[in-house]
Amino acid sequence: MSQIETFYDVMRRQGITRRSFMKYCSLTAAALGLSPSFVPKIAHAMETKPRTPVIWVHGLECTCCSESFIRSAHPLAKDVVLSMISLDYDDTLMAAAGHAAEAAFEETIEKYKGNYILAVEGNPPLNEDGMFCITGGKPFVEKLRHAAKDAKAIISWGACASYGCVQAAKPNPTQATPVHKVITDKPIIKVPGCPPIAEVMTGVITYMLTFDRLPELDRQGRPAMFYSQRIHDKCYRRPHFDAGQFVEAWDDENARKGYCLYKMGCKGPTTYNACSTVRWNEGVSFPIQSGHGCIGCSEDGFWDQGSFYDRVTDLTQFGVEKNADEVGLAAAGVVGAGVAAHAAVSALKAAQKKTQSAPSKEEA
Amino acid sequence: MAEDTIHVPNPGVEPLPSAQLAGDATADDIESIRKRTSVFVYEWPVRLWHWVNAACILVLCVTGWFIASPLPTMNFAEATYQFVMGYIRFAHFAAAQILTVGFFARIYWAFVGNHHARQLFYVPILNKHWWQEVFFELRWYMFIEKQPKKYVGHNPLAQIAMFFFMTLGTTFMLLTGWALYAEGAGQGSLPDQVMGWLIGLVGNTQILHTYHHLGMWFIVVFMIVHIYAAIREDIMSRQSMVSTMISGHRTFKDDSPE
Repeated sequence: MSQIETFYDVMRRQGITRRSFMKYCSLTAAALGLSPSFVPKIAHAMETKPRTPVIWVHGLECTCCSESFIRSAHPLAKDVVLSMISLDYDDTLMAAAGHAAEAAFEETIEKYKGNYILAVEGNPPLNEDGMFCITGGKPFVEKLRHAAKDAKAIISWGACASYGCVQAAKPNPTQATPVHKVITDKPIIKVPGCPPIAEVMTGVITYMLTFDRLPELDRQGRPAMFYSQRIHDKCYRRPHFDAGQFVEAWDDENARKGYCLYKMGCKGPTTYNACSTVRWNEGVSFPIQSGHGCIGCSEDGFWDQGSFYDRVTDLTQFGVEKNADEVGLAAAGVVGAGVAAHAAVSALKAAQKKTQSAPSKEEA
Repeated sequence: MAEDTIHVPNPGVEPLPSAQLAGDATADDIESIRKRTSVFVYEWPVRLWHWVNAACILVLCVTGWFIASPLPTMNFAEATYQFVMGYIRFAHFAAAQILTVGFFARIYWAFVGNHHARQLFYVPILNKHWWQEVFFELRWYMFIEKQPKKYVGHNPLAQIAMFFFMTLGTTFMLLTGWALYAEGAGQGSLPDQVMGWLIGLVGNTQILHTYHHLGMWFIVVFMIVHIYAAIREDIMSRQSMVSTMISGHRTFKDDSPE
């Protein structure tokens, strides 16, 4: 491990002054919500800790996580990749290819046994012995197991690795399986989203390298600092929701006024992510701000929750293309009709009984 | 006649002559006053719970509907001064909290109240006689039996309905409802500490919304059947139904012991 440079070494080598380095430490402390007393600790860690090697593997995915990652503004992905982590293997980003790349992969695992972080983008399909995703001539699931065996921790990038995403949507023909269901003996941090926000991705890595531990995770294994609140909780259109002012159609006056997109099927109320605070593309915008509802891409199984444009979604899990209201109204209608029919028969029977008993009364 | 009555009338007492003046009582009416009798069934906490619960469910159904499918957009003020959706949600949450307190109070009363206060919380599936009465009630509702039986508490069919729709149905709605409320209350809040596990269990809370919605319809179906059966039996059975949940007394229309 001693042969690896520290963060500080790399930064100095890149021409960053001591003054700038201290500024960076202060900003990092502020970004992570830590008190100023942590600044010297961060600086100390940066000066003494060797850079953490990262192996980044790609399974069944679309590379949108990588695309997002390299667009990070704070900190710039360049800084993360070049200064903070030692990205020893990433078949998409690295210059080497073919045998040279695979050799680097094996070498990193061998050299940093038990000390590297495994970042997984995409997931392994398990059907047909994993033949639906082949990398380096082998099923991806084998590569994943091999790389995970000696990893210190695993980052599941995006909805694919965290939950399965579109390839795991019903009926999931390739049996695409999220990472935590294949690797069960390593600490796994899920960073869901399709893709995850760039700053969230680099933020997670910064935290892990600075403190040498996983950030605090929520119940579903996501970093709490980014995934503890819903889009809805911090949405700038929330006052319109509370006021009952909704976009009723895509091109109506309310849409132009920027009213709440709830009626257009916005999934903000059921989606945990930082889009409404961190936003995208250097904080320029996020889906709701550009006039489209949230589709809930960072939620488990979001492809199987019916239309992106309904609030009361279809009951796909029962195999019926009807929503809860339609099913409920039908049930209530049938029961109501049954009750009415029963009441009618009851009344007839009662009338019948009366006419039958009437003459006998007269006789008596 | 004395052997047939469940409560022996007092033959020594003549109906007060003044009673003959009351309303338009006939001689037959006066005679039956001596025979009719009642049993005290529902203590005041049970009756109060019933009506508070009913009111809460009504509010919850209406507001719940408008939370999922909001009213048309209103523009009578700036968003700052307008709180339509906010008030609807407030009513929903307030009614839900009252319902929750009421449900726990009702469970408490099952322990300290009288025998009939417990009937809501179990189904005596091991009791052979109870099953006979279940089938008897089914036959009564299928118009096969001519004469209904007398019941002091719920009849067996009603008991099944109460248990599955109310006891289990309300429990389901409380669990899913509080989990959804925990989302808004935030992680670390009391609702989250108590019910947040359900959010983790289902993963995507859009599923919880759907189930909570189905649960509402489950209870609406019960409401239809319950109100119909209560009014029908009030008319057609041999005992009081609706007024029993007001006064607590079950009154019987005849003195036949069966």
